Amino acid sequence: MYVYDEYDQRIIEDRVKQFRDQTRRYLAGELSEEEFRPLRLQNGLYIQRFAPMLRVAVPYGQLSSRQVRTLAKIARDYDKGYAHISTRQNVQYNWPALEDIPDILAELATVQMHAIQTSGNCLRNTTTDQFAGVAADEVIDPRPWCEIVRQWTTFHPEFAYLPRKFKIAINGSKEDRAAIEVHDIGLEPVRNEAGELGFRVLVGGGLGRTPVVGSFINEFLPWQDLISYLDAILRVYNRYGRRDNKYKARIKILVKALTPEVFAEKVEAEMVHLRGGSNTLTEEEVQRVSRHFVDPEYKALANVDYSALDQEHPGFARWRSRNTQAHKRPGYIAVTLSLKPTGVAPGDLTDKQLDAVADLADEYSFGLLRTSHEQNIILADVEQSRLHALWLVLREQGFATPNVGLLTDIICCPGGDYCSLANAKSIPIAESIQRRFDDLDYLFDIGELDLNISGCMNACGHHHVGHIGILGVDKKGEEFYQVSLGGNAARGASLGKILGPSFAQEQMAEVIEKIISVYVEKRTEEERFIDTYQRIGIDPFKERVYAANH
Amino acid sequence: MQRIIKNNQLVDETWHLLPKDASFDELTNCDDYIVPLQLWRDHGHALKARDGGLGVWLDSDEEAEEIGDDVEHFQVIALNFPAFTDGRNYSNARLLRDRYKFKGELRAIGDVLRDQLFYLARCGFDAFAIRPDKDPEDALQGLKDFSVTYQAAADEPLPLFRRR
Repeated sequence: MYVYDEYDQRIIEDRVKQFRDQTRRYLAGELSEEEFRPLRLQNGLYIQRFAPMLRVAVPYGQLSSRQVRTLAKIARDYDKGYAHISTRQNVQYNWPALEDIPDILAELATVQMHAIQTSGNCLRNTTTDQFAGVAADEVIDPRPWCEIVRQWTTFHPEFAYLPRKFKIAINGSKEDRAAIEVHDIGLEPVRNEAGELGFRVLVGGGLGRTPVVGSFINEFLPWQDLISYLDAILRVYNRYGRRDNKYKARIKILVKALTPEVFAEKVEAEMVHLRGGSNTLTEEEVQRVSRHFVDPEYKALANVDYSALDQEHPGFARWRSRNTQAHKRPGYIAVTLSLKPTGVAPGDLTDKQLDAVADLADEYSFGLLRTSHEQNIILADVEQSRLHALWLVLREQGFATPNVGLLTDIICCPGGDYCSLANAKSIPIAESIQRRFDDLDYLFDIGELDLNISGCMNACGHHHVGHIGILGVDKKGEEFYQVSLGGNAARGASLGKILGPSFAQEQMAEVIEKIISVYVEKRTEEERFIDTYQRIGIDPFKERVYAANH
Repeated sequence: MQRIIKNNQLVDETWHLLPKDASFDELTNCDDYIVPLQLWRDHGHALKARDGGLGVWLDSDEEAEEIGDDVEHFQVIALNFPAFTDGRNYSNARLLRDRYKFKGELRAIGDVLRDQLFYLARCGFDAFAIRPDKDPEDALQGLKDFSVTYQAAADEPLPLFRRR
């Protein structure tokens, strides 16, 4: 992974100093609430229901075991012993005290971590595929590009006060596991006829109140122009994005209003001035950054035949089928630790679990691990011959729930239990659904299904792109839930369609069960839930769910 | 007399900043004025013929392009921040410096506070009229927030990756 040099380190240390002084001035009454707010937000600090929430950046989901131990220590010393993996691959603490934040940041800085721009109307953490660098279907490793973009975003002087937040995702594989089409900017590699590397550039995707699948405005951007082009897009957005209404301030609204074609022309008009300037990326820089992402010292191994083990341990076979992912190197495999056992808030870990995960990374995966936007943890470089041993350990530690990609692998925001923006709780809904579908045979029979829950229309739980999406709404002061079907964050992304009137909390598990029963009846053998939905449409689901009870 | 930050120091204000609805008839021949964009549009010729200093100011919804070809006529260009969270004039500043090669004083006016000064300076501002209820002496500290920067900007033509 990327290792800071003295420059990178100095920048985050300067930030700690700056924020320590800002916090001091705020507490001393020298900075008003209004003046402090954007400053703390750009340091990932929300004031919410019980205590401030601190969001720590995990750039494109990459962590070392040493960093994870520090995260564990912070959970112990400053939180109530918990950390939460967010849907932007970041880590959140729900219980720190404001006056402790500078010390937490100082501690993070000792392991090259920070909370810079994890919130606020600025350039946010760049995200990517959790299997970057090891995926069997990878075209290029997106991580060096993520790091180059991270450095460009960090304290960009021109774009610190954008109309609204801004999220960039980079995909490097054939499959899109980074959900780039629902980002403000999505990038993916492409080669031209001469075999040269460039990027396809998408703008104007996003979830939130007005979910939009973005539009590709450039089919081949030479890699050298990447930073100039990002500058151009952001400049157009910074100047012309709406600032009169925060619900219409995201770039997607501007792109829609102008049309993607006109937006692209405005970007091109900027590029006329920027192309060939000092921001043109150099081979040396790409190589310098790429050197941090070379393969670890893989052994020459053969693939393992698991048939005997599978036969002997059906639980292992089941887990293996869901929680592992093909690796580009023979004899290796990527393993997802499920943070979605029933009864635990999706994405939550305790300090002890964080320490345990760090140990596992050291023992099994070169001391490195990743977080995913599905709120799980990945050990990317596990030797296949040690998979069974790892499974036994994971089972003991509660990380082996065999549900990755299944209905109970729910993406879920912290919701009304923690967040002051939420209309409704989301964690108890996740739990009630997990309990309803706790029969593993049934769960496996249902197969691949993304179920996403957001506690409000800010859509942190990405409900628009869940095959089944659940949104917390306020109905005359009570918490209700709206269900949508047919969302999809992968390539050819689509947004869910609302099923109909909302439901009370205690109805939700039942509603989901009815939806699933329609799928089970109507599916053909090969179809996933989303395929059946796309074939038969929303009506059969609607009829079943809203049928009068006799 | 108000003091403003200029080139990292506090200096006495010598310019008269005219409001948006100012009329040309109010102007004396010898005083130094920073005029609103509309006045420049309406009386550019006469303004240039005066003996006093000439500056212009843009609000956050006005565009650098409007004065891009005229920058040589201004000793001062001031860009207004109706709220410190309105970031449009960061881009205008960069355009004035990078594209239109404005070499005079580029001044931030309006809701200008210590914690934004570092970014503002990077975008090409070299003068800051700090909001009157704040101590400009204290605000000077904001110019020193960071000792390293990644991006190329008005203060540093090369991004860090070309300086590493």
